Amino acid sequence: MGYQAKLRVWRGDDGSGDLQDFTVEANEGEVVLDLIHRLQATQVPDLAVRWNCKAGKCGSCSAEVNGRPRLLCMTRMSIFSEDETITVTPMRTFPVIRDLVTDVSYNYTKAREIPSFTPPEDLKPGEYRMQQVDVQRSQEFRKCIECFLCQDTCHVIRDHEENKTAFAGPRYLMRIAELEMHPLDVADRRNEAQTDHGLGYCNITKCCTEVCPENIHITDNALIPMKERVADRRYDPIVWLGNKLFRRNGG
Amino acid sequence: MASPPQTPQTPTDNPAATRSRASITARTLRTDRWWVPPLLTTLGLAAFVIYATVRSFMRTGYYDAEQHYLTPFYSPCLSDSCVAGSAHFGTPIGELPGFIPLAFLSLPFLLGFRLTCYYYRKAYYRSIWFSPPACAVAEPHAKYTGETRLPLIVQNAHRYFFYAAFVIALINTYDAILAFGGENGVGFGLGNVVLLVNVVLLWAYTLSCHSCRHVTGGRMKHFSKNPVRYWIWTQVSRLNVRHMQFAWITLATLALTDLYVWLVSTDVITDLRFIN
Repeated sequence: MGYQAKLRVWRGDDGSGDLQDFTVEANEGEVVLDLIHRLQATQVPDLAVRWNCKAGKCGSCSAEVNGRPRLLCMTRMSIFSEDETITVTPMRTFPVIRDLVTDVSYNYTKAREIPSFTPPEDLKPGEYRMQQVDVQRSQEFRKCIECFLCQDTCHVIRDHEENKTAFAGPRYLMRIAELEMHPLDVADRRNEAQTDHGLGYCNITKCCTEVCPENIHITDNALIPMKERVADRRYDPIVWLGNKLFRRNGG
Repeated sequence: MASPPQTPQTPTDNPAATRSRASITARTLRTDRWWVPPLLTTLGLAAFVIYATVRSFMRTGYYDAEQHYLTPFYSPCLSDSCVAGSAHFGTPIGELPGFIPLAFLSLPFLLGFRLTCYYYRKAYYRSIWFSPPACAVAEPHAKYTGETRLPLIVQNAHRYFFYAAFVIALINTYDAILAFGGENGVGFGLGNVVLLVNVVLLWAYTLSCHSCRHVTGGRMKHFSKNPVRYWIWTQVSRLNVRHMQFAWITLATLALTDLYVWLVSTDVITDLRFIN
């Protein structure tokens, strides 16, 4: 059975904007993105919303629903009561372009700052051989669809714009962890994770993990192991002594 | 390692530098009761800290001489101030003034282990320091540097507190084993069950620690070259998933174990004996 859902949508651009109320038909089995599309089709044709796959795999329709970072296409209407007003706003951490569309170029800037996969010099493409057991930790992080909800919810940059230069955010710290754990990557990324990409800013409050639509254990499997590796490299005197005594290359 | 060369961007090249965020003034638009978990966390932690502090300084009701039950809050007891029988490792230290807890050698490390624990950090950063109080709820602080400088950079020493906690868990295990031999010889009572359950859960919390996960195998790049360490890592990882639960359960079992020993040793209740 359909009903008239109450929607409050942020409309505006980087100059100004406000929350506007609408009533939109909602039918059984629909998601918030369906209502946004119906709103666009029937009442406000100039409403800007970014979307693509409608299946939670492209990471385009990231926004905030009732204040929580979510994919619009994966937020079922059935989780709300029929008399509830559903507030839809753009991701708060990024500059707004228009309505629900934000400028996420910060993330691409941070992606470019991470040195790419570095195989051993004598290993040619086509010669890569690795055991599944060695590479499976990194594979979890490859599930990332780059929706940037983790970046959006991370208070380090959400509440402190000034930290954006020093902090890469959970998505890209996870990328560093992915490469650091990769069996064929020979670069030592531990020092730079702390100094250049701001791992120390992370206080592991796990919001990135909570909002991840791919259920990647970002904090437990990427950020904390990376913090421990950084501790090996920078803060552990016994590891340092062991490396010196046994002539190990940084552990 | 050098970063790839970056093309300097001017504000004209990078529109994000000139654009601003959506003008939303509300601290959060969340409509759920997001303040409940931090409130419960604060109450839970406060209750334990108050109870543990009071009990650590009481110096009574920590050892039942008849059944040899020793509360973990007073283990190891190493001074002449300890009651007869409670010093399982002798008394190399003389009398201690009243303001020093009898387990002064273990308590600071246990406190440090929990304070630097990755789960408790999340818990108190959120609930006590409000950094942030909940996901997508603005924190009240004007500046944030996280764990990049003193004092919070000390959190990186967690692994050393883990090593200490490991040794203390061994001591607690020894205490629990000794409790099977009371004044009347070998026996088994409800107190033994309480001490044993507490020790098992302490091991579960200690071994599920993220630092333990790292040192046992997480730091390796090639699991296939170290199958034994990989197996240990997988077992620790299975425990690690429940680290938060073990963190709370062990706070409760520590307090309940201490309470049980307190009540039995002061004859408020009688220990239920199954054997002898």
